[in-house]
Amino acid sequence: MSRDGHAPRPTVTEIFIGFLTLGLTAFGGALPLARREIVERRKWLDADAFTDLLGLCQFLPGGNVINLSVAIGMRFRGVPGALAGLLGLLVGPSLIVIGLGVIYQRTHQDPRIAHLFAGLAAAAAGLLIAMAAKIMWPLRRKPEAAIVALLMFASIAILRTPLLPTMLVFTPISVLIAWKVRR
Amino acid sequence: MKNDLLSLAAIFSQLSLLAFGGGNSILPEMQRQVVQVHEWMSKADFSALFAVAQAAPGPNMMVVTLIGWHVAGWPGVLVTSIAKFGPSSLVTIAAMHAWERFKDRPWRRFIQLGLVPITAGLVAASALLIAEASDGTWTLAAITALVALVSYRTKLHPLWLLAGGALIGLTGFGQ
Repeated sequence: MSRDGHAPRPTVTEIFIGFLTLGLTAFGGALPLARREIVERRKWLDADAFTDLLGLCQFLPGGNVINLSVAIGMRFRGVPGALAGLLGLLVGPSLIVIGLGVIYQRTHQDPRIAHLFAGLAAAAAGLLIAMAAKIMWPLRRKPEAAIVALLMFASIAILRTPLLPTMLVFTPISVLIAWKVRR
Repeated sequence: MKNDLLSLAAIFSQLSLLAFGGGNSILPEMQRQVVQVHEWMSKADFSALFAVAQAAPGPNMMVVTLIGWHVAGWPGVLVTSIAKFGPSSLVTIAAMHAWERFKDRPWRRFIQLGLVPITAGLVAASALLIAEASDGTWTLAAITALVALVSYRTKLHPLWLLAGGALIGLTGFGQ
C-alpha cells in the first residue's frame, strides 16, 4: 500500500495515545472529533479510507467510534493495535465516569444535590427525545419502515418485551420489506 | 457477588452483539435487566446514572461502566467492560477481512436499510423510558421538553443543555 501524503504507519503506543486523547476530549458524541483527529491532524487515513472503515463500523453492532478504534488499530498493528485503540479510547472516560458516579452516590441524599441530578437527568432525557425525533422524521416518507419502527417501539417501550426475541422477529421482516421495496 | 458478576457478563455480552445503530438502541433492554429483572437499582437511579455518563467525555455508552461499578465495584467494572466491548470488537476484527468482499453486495445494503427502522424504534423507546423515569414533576418534564426542542432545532452543544438542566434543577423550583 502506498502511503504518499500520509504520516508513517502509527506504532502501538501512538495508537493508544491517539485514542486516549480522543476519549478524553470528545464530549457529546466522539464521531466528528474522531474524523478530525484521524484524517486531518494525525493523517493516519485519507478521507475515503476513513469513510470506508466507518461504513463497516456502522454496519456492525457496537458503538461506531468504539468499533473504529478496534478497526484502525487492527489495520495498522494487528491485534495488539486493536487492543491499544480500544483501551486507549475507554480508559480515560471510564475513570472519569466512575469518579462522577462516586460523587453521585456520596451526595445524592442531600436534597439540593438531588435536585441538581434530577435536572441533569431531565435534560439527558430531552437530548434522547431530540435524537429519536431526528431518526424517526425521515421515515415519514417510507410508511412500511415507519410501521416497523412503531411496532418495535410499542413492543419494547410499552409491552416491555425482551430485546433478543423482539429483534429476531422484527429484523428479518424489516430486511425483507427493504428488499421488496427497493428491488 | 459472584452471581452478580455472572449476570453482568451474560447481560452485557448479549447487548454487545445486539447494539446495532449504537448504544442508545440497547438502553431499554439494559434498563429492563438492571431495574426490572435484577432489581439492582430504581428506574430513577438508572436515569440519573445515564445522565451522569452523558456528562462525561468519550463514547456515549459509558453508563455501562457505571452500572458495573454500582453493582459490583471494580470487579464489576472489569467484567461489564469486557462483556460489553469484547464481543463486538471481535466481530469487527473478524469482519475486516471480509468487508472488501461483501461491502458492495446487495444483501449488505438491504440488511443495513432494514436495520434503520429497528434502530429508530429502539431509540424512541429509550427516549420514552428515560423521560418517564426522569420527569417526576412538571418542572422536570418542562426541562425535558425545552432541551428536546432546543436540541432538535439548534446546534447548541449538548453539554450546555445538560448544564442548563442541572442548574434549573438545582434551584429546586417545582420539585
